Amino acid sequence: MAYVTKSPWVIHYDGSSCNGCDIEVLACLTPMYDVERFGIINSGNPKHADVLLITGSVNEQNKPVVQQIYDEMLQPKVVVAIGACACTGGVFRECYNIIGGADQAIPVDVYVPGCAARPESIIDGVVKGLAVLAEKREKVAKGETVTEGEQAE
Amino acid sequence: MAKRTVIPFGPQHPVLPEPVHLDLVLEDETVVEAIPSIGYIHRGLEKLVEKREWPEMVSVIERICGICSFGHGMGYCLSIEGNMGIQIPERAEYLRLIWHELGRVHSHLLWLGLLADSFGFESLYMHTWKLRETVLDLFERTTGGRVIFSVCKVGGLRRDVDADTLALMERKLTELVPEIEELAKVFIEDSSVGSRLKGVGVLTAEEAAALGAVGPVARGSGLRMDVRLEEKDRLYVDLGFEPCVETAGDSHARCVVRIRELFQSIELIKAAIQRIPDGEVSVPVKGNPEREYIARVEQPRGEAYYYSKGAGEKFLKRIRVRTPTNANIPAMVKTLAGAQLADVPILILTIDPCISCTER
Ligand code: SF4
Repeated sequence: MAYVTKSPWVIHYDGSSCNGCDIEVLACLTPMYDVERFGIINSGNPKHADVLLITGSVNEQNKPVVQQIYDEMLQPKVVVAIGACACTGGVFRECYNIIGGADQAIPVDVYVPGCAARPESIIDGVVKGLAVLAEKREKVAKGETVTEGEQAE
Repeated sequence: MAKRTVIPFGPQHPVLPEPVHLDLVLEDETVVEAIPSIGYIHRGLEKLVEKREWPEMVSVIERICGICSFGHGMGYCLSIEGNMGIQIPERAEYLRLIWHELGRVHSHLLWLGLLADSFGFESLYMHTWKLRETVLDLFERTTGGRVIFSVCKVGGLRRDVDADTLALMERKLTELVPEIEELAKVFIEDSSVGSRLKGVGVLTAEEAAALGAVGPVARGSGLRMDVRLEEKDRLYVDLGFEPCVETAGDSHARCVVRIRELFQSIELIKAAIQRIPDGEVSVPVKGNPEREYIARVEQPRGEAYYYSKGAGEKFLKRIRVRTPTNANIPAMVKTLAGAQLADVPILILTIDPCISCTER
């Protein structure tokens, strides 16, 4: 993708992470990495957001919250799982309270590896997500149904 | 009596990147009671001791929290080292101090940014986080990681830092001081910032003591308590450490404590770099932990303790960590009662809550 034609807004939610990936997500939004220059804004409102950045694995208590945020987002939407935890459960996979990565709760489009995921790879993941978003947008425009969570990295 | 309304706050909310849930009981605009409910990021990682051998557990314990991860790794190592009677080399002690204090600088800058965000001063938030990147660069240069470091191990450290890098660290931190001073002036002296913080959420010394507050919350209420002082840590004593205490007990005082600690930590790091001796950074470790032991660490948010119980096997019987946010939640609930709804984000933030730590 040569340039970004739309200003995608993101929403961030912490499944049950250690905070490491969350602060790296925030670091992306602050001056050093500054994704705002691409028009990417962090929004607290699921209905405003195009991209859901989810960090951390998912537990029983959190699962309905994650699903609710996902359901509230309007089509087309993209989910980016950030960090080893969100991809597979990571270091906590064998904990009794963890049901696994984010894809145990909602469909995930892009997986960003790392523990913690570096800001560079988070940005890379979001950019990959934008390509998926563009495809989905076209499908929605044509009135086709959008199949979710088929792109994996 | 005015009609009561209950406003659910969170789990997804704008104050912290972490989920926490509060039921705010309101009478008009005033909060009469706040009822926290937790469990959104409970992972159950203490129980992993049954599946991970104790030398490996360091990397799990470090991931209790990505903000004070160095302190967690160090606390666990201290607990096991105490358990097995291991004395680590002096150079390793100094390097641990340097990284631990560097972690405090990064954590307090992070918090100041979030605080600025909570009272709607976006550019201040961005500036603070820009300065924080300098600290993260130093971490990355010396440990290889930005937030999770994995440099501590039982018996010392995994890697040494050469003299050139230490000199660079000293130079970078010296350059950072005037930049932090500029920001500190805004936080401490700016009148609009002051009007959001001064007199908001007052916690008296008696209340802080009775509710068991720790760390900057206790010190902001005039209690002179700090694990670095109480444990009579030799290095800190040698470096002439004295905790930063403010007496007003309001949000502003808690903010000032953290700002003073920023400068203090930088001074401690620079003094430690001057004195650090040459030598090894780790000792060989044999055998398994057999006893019970508690180690305490002053984390950026206050006292954390690390309990370990071994049975002479590769797997420990129990690990128990108590983190500072746990101790500070009663103080937060206390300050919330009687507050205006619009001040709630600030009050939640001034205890510097770390939910990942609390719920593990
Ligand atoms: S992937 Fe690692 S750094 Fe990220 S939330 Fe999980 S444990 Fe923390």
